[in-house]
Amino acid sequence: MATTADQFQAHDDHGHAHHDADHKPAFFARWFMSTNHKDIGTLYLIFAIFAGIIGGGISGIMRLELAHPGIQYLGAIATWMDGKPAEMNDALHLWNVLITAHGLIMVFFLVMPAIIGGFGNWFVPLMIGAPDMAFPRMNNVSFWLTVAGFCSLMTSAFMPGDATGNGAGIGWTAYAPLSTYGSNGPATDFAIFSLHLAGAGSIMGAINFITTIFNMRAPGMTLHKMPLFVWSVLVTAFLLLLALPVLAAAITMLITDRNFGTTFFDASGGGDPVLYQHLFWFFGHPEVYIMILPAFGIVSQIVSTFSKKPVFGYLGMAYAMVAIGVVGFIVWAHHMYTTGLSLNTKMYFTAATMVIAVPTGIKIFSWIATMWGGSIEFKSPMVWAIGFIFLFVLGGVTGVYLANGGIDDVVHDTYFVVAHFHYVLSLGAVTGLFAGFYYWFPKMSGRMHSEFLAHVHFWIFFVGVNLIFFPQHFLGLQGMPRRYPDYAPAYEHWNTLSSWGYAVMGVSMIVWFINIIYSFTMGKKAEGNYWGEGATTLEWTLSSPPPFHQFETLPVIDDKDHH
Amino acid sequence: MRFGHFARAAGNAFKGLGLALALCAVPQVAAAAAPAPVAASAAPAAAAPAEKAATPAVAAPAVTVAPVPAIDPNDPHFKVAPGGYTPMKPTAGKGMPIAGAIDVQHQYSPNGQTAVGLHNWLVWVMVVITVFVLGLLLIVIFRFNSRANPVPSKTSHNTLLEIVWTAVPVLILVVIAVPSLRLLAKQYTPAPEKAVTVKATGNQWFWTYSYPDNGGIEVISNMLNAQDAEKNGEPEQLAVDNRMVVPVGEPIRLQATGADVIHSFAVPSLWFKIDAVPGRINERVMTITEPGVYYGQCSELCGARHGYMPIAIEALPRDKFNAWVIAQGGKIDGAPAAPPAAAPAAAASASAAPAAETSAAAKPAA
Ligand code: HEM
Ligand SMILES: [Cu+2]
Ligand SMILES: [Cu+2]
Repeated sequence: MATTADQFQAHDDHGHAHHDADHKPAFFARWFMSTNHKDIGTLYLIFAIFAGIIGGGISGIMRLELAHPGIQYLGAIATWMDGKPAEMNDALHLWNVLITAHGLIMVFFLVMPAIIGGFGNWFVPLMIGAPDMAFPRMNNVSFWLTVAGFCSLMTSAFMPGDATGNGAGIGWTAYAPLSTYGSNGPATDFAIFSLHLAGAGSIMGAINFITTIFNMRAPGMTLHKMPLFVWSVLVTAFLLLLALPVLAAAITMLITDRNFGTTFFDASGGGDPVLYQHLFWFFGHPEVYIMILPAFGIVSQIVSTFSKKPVFGYLGMAYAMVAIGVVGFIVWAHHMYTTGLSLNTKMYFTAATMVIAVPTGIKIFSWIATMWGGSIEFKSPMVWAIGFIFLFVLGGVTGVYLANGGIDDVVHDTYFVVAHFHYVLSLGAVTGLFAGFYYWFPKMSGRMHSEFLAHVHFWIFFVGVNLIFFPQHFLGLQGMPRRYPDYAPAYEHWNTLSSWGYAVMGVSMIVWFINIIYSFTMGKKAEGNYWGEGATTLEWTLSSPPPFHQFETLPVIDDKDHH
Repeated sequence: MRFGHFARAAGNAFKGLGLALALCAVPQVAAAAAPAPVAASAAPAAAAPAEKAATPAVAAPAVTVAPVPAIDPNDPHFKVAPGGYTPMKPTAGKGMPIAGAIDVQHQYSPNGQTAVGLHNWLVWVMVVITVFVLGLLLIVIFRFNSRANPVPSKTSHNTLLEIVWTAVPVLILVVIAVPSLRLLAKQYTPAPEKAVTVKATGNQWFWTYSYPDNGGIEVISNMLNAQDAEKNGEPEQLAVDNRMVVPVGEPIRLQATGADVIHSFAVPSLWFKIDAVPGRINERVMTITEPGVYYGQCSELCGARHGYMPIAIEALPRDKFNAWVIAQGGKIDGAPAAPPAAAPAAAASASAAPAAETSAAAKPAA
């Protein structure tokens, strides 16, 4: 490979005549056979936005149906989907299909592709001074497996589910035996297979990230000098690598129970339905950290950039993530408090779960300490990041509440849990995603977004999601179970408010789309480092967008301690 | 490296937490020596005999009654209220959700009352932590914005601070963990031997309740439609045709199992929730402190009509409960079996092979 500069690529003159850094393949080869980490990152982001619109649209249907007691809309939709007049049970089955699709899409096809596939692919190589990911072609396979998984899930919605209509109505957790002999049609097989595909893609992605981070750091970039976002992706990749195979095993056993007469999860053949839950949550709990750790990383970068200060307690921050990752593997049965665990088991999981609050607290306090004494500029990413911290604390404290096995008896499987996990995911992870989006969008596209619209987006979103999800705490405490399309009239009050909140949140999404259109049509050209002195990681040494191939000569990180 | 201090401090703090947890766990564990859940890994169909075999000492009534079958007519346990059974009217707002309410339902069980204490304290912890962090954020926003503070400091370490924000949360958690583990132990205290047993079976999509100690009565409980619920003066979506009737103030041994997929037996006003898993019996004690009707709903996704299989429990004074039992064609628990001649035989075989035989003998009486 031609080496024409002995400095950073960014310091190169862009108009360079025979420079191949910007030599791009033709359209089809570039986007469908891509091996470039930035292009694959872009593909992931576009895919995640597309999936998010579908998953978010489904939640709109759900909030519409839940606005008032009774079944108002499900019948008509079920009639359309099944192609025949729907009976009551078909309509109710459709509800389960919707919650299943929504949960799976949001987890596997919005948050994970965006935060790991999108931002991880784009910025891990840039931040460690690497020219690309370690296995570019495998990177491409990861992406297309994810797409294939999504297609499989979408197909499942139009396949026979069981006696009561099309689609898989098994919940994103797919508990046996509802997902085995409880749902006979092929829809469930397709939904399960979609997890196989997406999971395989993610495992390959994890291998790719681990290899890249361990082997391709620029000279001088020791592990203890890596930006925290890279640390967060590294820990996440290990979680993926260790957790996803367990999920794959569990859902493969579902498939064989369903189709080949095994009885792993069927008591009549010596199996155990609760075993499935142990396997699922052994994956499922690390999964929630898979979704949130990269958001932690993004927020750390942003807080430091806009406070114009290095991250407070860098090593504590990095190892807090490692601790969260490790402890995250030994708390899974806090999702199973009502399955009939023994007293000692329940006591252990109560205590172990609470331990996670300690490293999480370290993160929260370190962010605040980073801001303390800083000279903070409230650019849009910073506003989103501060919003993240607040919303995550709210979701975190209800997590400590839920950790108590004896308390969980009343709120397990109620809307309190729905409120809790949406505070950490829908408000936490998604707010982290938007923070990252505004932080890096000009770097990726080369065009500045509108800061004004970004702030408007934030405030409407913040009000909207709190209106949606805060009242759900009340519903849950009053006992409203989750996964219900209909409810006792006493629950109407807060449900109606929650549904109005969705409308507010929806407006904020329109503002966001307008902002994207604005930046591509009217946005100013972005400089290399458009955030100024606080932005010190390597991606800011490159042009915006960075050259197609960056760091053909590796940057050298000086020895001075950044922290 | 300052991180070393920090790590050591954190390590010690963790050790402290572990020690404290261990210390408070030991007596709890000892107190609750007999683990409550009874797991029988048998097929749903084959479950009946196996589950009985595994149920600790359900045999109590028949065994104790064996030598002296005569009933003391003044024993309140056997009093039967005159006039048979008419379903009780629910009290508005009791044992059911209240429109616009923001807290847990009022509790009508001793476990629930204990739990509410912890719940209230946890709510305060949550509020205080959230407000504290919010306050810090506001201070930072107003004091350290670029206008108020143009020159950023360079501080990036403060060992003492890092120790404090590790140790203080640990302490808070320990303070939460002690009552929390105590509550767990309380919830797992098994029902006394003589307690009435009610077995709740989740089916797609209704509940059945059987009363092995009461001559094997079986109640099939379906949701009432909106009109019928309204006619009865009951809340829509929660009312059922046949309730699970139990004596008030007595511990009840509630066993849950699933006939097809997993369901979950949940009653918010009793702080009670236990999964009904096919092939397994989960057991908890349930004590209701006041007569009344208490509503709950299935709380594990079980297919299309998951939202349409509510639970309604009616707690009645003993004499009225007895009247209900007799109206169902059952027998009062502890009373000798109907034909006096059969009683000694059943009792004899019961004392020879307690659990399994007794239940076998009880079945035909149904
Ligand atoms: C702001 C937009 C959102 C709204 C209005 C929304 C609404 C809902 C609703 C109504 C349910 C069904 C609750 C139930 O009946 O039990 C649900 C379930 C769920 N949501 Fe969301 N949601 C949103 C965003 C998200 C995001 C971003 C994620 C994940 C990252 C997410 C993950 C889930 C999961 C995992 C479930 C559980 C599905 C299941 O029960 O199997 N949601 N959501
Ligand atoms: Cu978890
Ligand atoms: Cu159910």
